[in-house]
Amino acid sequence: MSALDWVTVTLLCGGGFFFLAGTLGLLRFPDAHARLHALTKADNLGLGLVVLGLVLQAPGPAVAAKLILTWLLALLASATSCYLIAGVSRGRREDASAPRDA
Amino acid sequence: MLDSPLDPLLALGIIAVAWTSLSSRNLFTGVILFIVFGLLMSLAWVRLDAPDIALAEAAIGAGITGALLLDALGQIGSDGRERRRPPHLRWGAAAVGIAVAGLLTHAFTDLPRDAGGMTGAVAAALPESGVSHAVTAVLLNFRSYDTWLEVAVLLVAVIGVLSLRRGVGLSGPEPSGAADDPMLPGMARVLLPVMVLVGGYLLWRGTHAPGGAFQGGAVLGSAGVLLLLAGDRPFARLPGALFRGALMAGLAGFGLAALGLLASGRGFLALPPEHAGAIILAVEITVTLSIALTLTALFAGARQPDGTAAPDGSAGSHRP
Repeated sequence: MSALDWVTVTLLCGGGFFFLAGTLGLLRFPDAHARLHALTKADNLGLGLVVLGLVLQAPGPAVAAKLILTWLLALLASATSCYLIAGVSRGRREDASAPRDA
Repeated sequence: MLDSPLDPLLALGIIAVAWTSLSSRNLFTGVILFIVFGLLMSLAWVRLDAPDIALAEAAIGAGITGALLLDALGQIGSDGRERRRPPHLRWGAAAVGIAVAGLLTHAFTDLPRDAGGMTGAVAAALPESGVSHAVTAVLLNFRSYDTWLEVAVLLVAVIGVLSLRRGVGLSGPEPSGAADDPMLPGMARVLLPVMVLVGGYLLWRGTHAPGGAFQGGAVLGSAGVLLLLAGDRPFARLPGALFRGALMAGLAGFGLAALGLLASGRGFLALPPEHAGAIILAVEITVTLSIALTLTALFAGARQPDGTAAPDGSAGSHRP
């Protein structure tokens, strides 16, 4: 295993740690907004570190570019869905707490 | 057989997710787990050296089907109307399921090991097929009749869904202007060009590597679904005749190729080696277009005409 391989393994383990932390947050945090925060950490940093580790092993710039594009697309999707879910969850909370007139 | 410690974990994971998805009381949980199941199945196909099926499973099984199920769930509510069936029906169904599983296991274990199947024959005939990827050669040249009929099945499905709308068009109600949230349309604006590019790339790539018409069509269909979710009304701008023509294009493309070859004396769907590549590409383009439009129309057609939920089919009466 070369030095590059060791760097890749370290980065993959780091990414794995963030995925673990995100899953733990999903299971243990009290409300939807905190859980969303944990999940997007997993997508952002976790996937980012994994992709960075794999980029170091990529056979060429084309493959590396595709890996980074995958990360950017996942980032876009997770940010938008986090926003939409948070909006729905906030709407539900407001419906629950606001007084309704008939 | 097991050359990675990941494989037993994957197999166990698939069974566990399938069981949890079927047995969960909450329909929303079941649907989400079904999407996860699709993703794990796609990984399993990769491990079995079938990347074409993995691509199709990820795009259609986890993607489009997941979107259709979630949309249906939004209309019926996650507690659903679970009718408890009488015990003898359930035991009967369980017995049939176990019998089929037993038959399949027996058939699977009875297969000769390392017989190679048709791989040798396909590889020998590959140079004459017009493409350099074995799966595409089988799907669009050696067994093109089956693929033609699959396209027909998709067309029948979309006709069925559209017929159930009782003459109501596919475009939803005029947007009231209240839904001004810019996030989803903004994301769609960024993602749609990428999705069109990926869909076209998968179509072109199928000639020499995993990819093809179904995978490309599924990605383009997902782009259509994203367009619908972002609030656009693409069917309002599409003339009816063009819409129907495009739905038919895949079936018609195949049919024209088949009948043309028959008329020129070569035989039904017998592609001549010197033109096979061009014919396959032309047919694949029409099939991709049809599949993309079919999947989008299936999603649009499953929505109630007046945009609200009406599980007991009374949507027609609300229509202004």
